[in-house]
Amino acid sequence: MSWAWLLALCAVSYALKAVGPVLAGGRELRPGARPVLDLVAVPLLAGLILIQTLGDGQRLVLDPRAPALVVAGLLVWRRAPFLVVVLAAAATAALLRAAT
Amino acid sequence: MAAIADTPTRIVTGAVSVGLGVGLYGISFGVLAVAAGLSPAQACVMSMLVFTGASQFAFVGVLAGGGAAVAAMAPAVMLALRNAAYGLSVAPFLRGRLAGRAVAAQLVIDETTAMAQAQDEPHAARRAFLLTGVSVWIFWNAGTLLGALVGGGLGDPRALGLDAMFPAAFLALLVPQLRRPGAPVAAVTGAALAVALVPLAPVGVPVIVALAGLVPGVLVARGVRS
Repeated sequence: MSWAWLLALCAVSYALKAVGPVLAGGRELRPGARPVLDLVAVPLLAGLILIQTLGDGQRLVLDPRAPALVVAGLLVWRRAPFLVVVLAAAATAALLRAAT
Repeated sequence: MAAIADTPTRIVTGAVSVGLGVGLYGISFGVLAVAAGLSPAQACVMSMLVFTGASQFAFVGVLAGGGAAVAAMAPAVMLALRNAAYGLSVAPFLRGRLAGRAVAAQLVIDETTAMAQAQDEPHAARRAFLLTGVSVWIFWNAGTLLGALVGGGLGDPRALGLDAMFPAAFLALLVPQLRRPGAPVAAVTGAALAVALVPLAPVGVPVIVALAGLVPGVLVARGVRS
């Protein structure tokens, strides 16, 4: 793997992160913008969760990641600590893969 | 995670526990990166400087599938686009000198934005953002280093269920935010759009389109307030 592409990715990803904090850091926003920005992470996280649970490249598959997410959901609902949620999801997927 | 939203101690506890969780999938990133042909040094530089997990996994995933580095750039950059939206979202409470903001910008990721948005006032949001950012940066890089050095000795990351950690962690970050008006409909719309597009669009595109879930979410939020 060449370093050039890796460093290009470093530069692009930093530039994307920096747009807001560098150009607009500390500024008050127009009143209408706040409810929009407060919700930004919600649809993105929801999308990522399902893509990373059901996606395999461009295919949708049902594999042990799905029951692992269900277990995680139950634990989040029961207000389990973050680490317990993450470890229980991994254990669920690992056990199901070992069993099949 | 609603429980760790309020006091300073709880913000620290939340930041450390999110960091530890991320460190675990940092190990799986290190293992996968080296298996995909990156040197351990490249894996570590990537985690320090790119520092956005989903893009990094996408990048090494394309390489592992035999793709060229240039082909790996596209999904990685598509996935990194959401950090621009996160950056705008956290910008109002990132006050201070340009140099400080430029450093803080590197910490703009899913985990830090979610932890900040779970707070009710700007001071706590800023604290949660910075503490979570530093904690995640340390653990993510420690995990990457460990994974890259141990590599195949750990076995197949999938057999250990490490791939199931990422969505579980995001779910734990998402749920506390669903109390906001409009958030449930934004989440459902975003998730539905993303899943529907997985078979149709190149890797990285579906998650960007998921952002459109903001539209019904904001409409509902406005309706609630007026």
